[in-house]
Amino acid sequence: MIVQCKDLVKKYISKTAVNGVSLELDEGKIYAILGPNGSGKTTFMKMVAGLVKPSSGTITYKGMPIGVESKKKVAYMSTEPFFYNYMTVADVGTYYEDFFEDFSMERYKELIGRMDLNMKDKAKDLSSGLAAKLKIAATLARKAELYLLDEPLNGIDIIARDKIITTILEEARENSTILLSSHLVDELEKIIDHVIYIKNGSLELIGNAEELRAARGKSIVEIYKEIYA
Amino acid sequence: MEFDNNIPIYIQVINDIKKDIITGDLALGAKLPSGRDLALKYKINPNTANRIYNELELAQLCFTKRGIGTYVTLDVEKIKCIREEMANSLLNNFMEGMKNLGFSKEEIIKIIQKQVV
Repeated sequence: MIVQCKDLVKKYISKTAVNGVSLELDEGKIYAILGPNGSGKTTFMKMVAGLVKPSSGTITYKGMPIGVESKKKVAYMSTEPFFYNYMTVADVGTYYEDFFEDFSMERYKELIGRMDLNMKDKAKDLSSGLAAKLKIAATLARKAELYLLDEPLNGIDIIARDKIITTILEEARENSTILLSSHLVDELEKIIDHVIYIKNGSLELIGNAEELRAARGKSIVEIYKEIYA
Repeated sequence: MEFDNNIPIYIQVINDIKKDIITGDLALGAKLPSGRDLALKYKINPNTANRIYNELELAQLCFTKRGIGTYVTLDVEKIKCIREEMANSLLNNFMEGMKNLGFSKEEIIKIIQKQVV
């Protein structure tokens, strides 16, 4: 068990984003957290990443509270670009290398090549699609214990989405765990171990993808439609 | 390979591998890709890939040499068995489909004879 949360709540003045979620994430598995916009997925991920503090409830990483130590082992990719405009693609790599012990420049170069990016490209000149690819390359070039990918396929063309899925599979090792959220659910069907459905900040359903298919004769997408229709 | 996401993925990949073994695309005793490589080949979850090999091994269609790899069985009889099993499965689906359309046994036989000529 790598992440455990009990009755996790995050309240803002105007709304309750996460409304008492209890779950466990096990090592070596790929999890998809699904739900409509505003259902609490990003807030939940940010709490695991330590970027947002819970209002109440507990959340631990390998039994320890979320903090400096857990952040070293957790690679979080937000939906917004996170590099400075003055940087080139190469600069982003160097920046990450300075910041994260587990960053591999070799792997970064490989992924930049795979995404058809150029080391000399300036971040501010990148289209939104290319910026999205750069985010992925930087994040997955880290050999993290836990990857939190918020909408990793957003804004990315079909061919590149396929490459990203392959790259995610390459990082899926026995000692790494991946939690990703996406609206492109059907493209993730084959790679998911477990699926987490969030509705209005609460846990609606959590289960093993293959078991759900066998028991219900329905795909993850079909179950999604049932839950949120 | 096209997947039907409404049924377990591992079953579909197992059937694909069985087919390759039956047709000889995967030869007797041939080395199979590692779990990780299988996952990348079919673009599936690595744990699913491991499960696929476990199931194939239980069905005695492959065997693992620890630390070396997984290999297709050398048992020709076993492969004949699986070939028949898969043929029967196709036939059962066909028969059910035809019966649902109201075809009698005689009509079905005539149609098959026409097809096979």
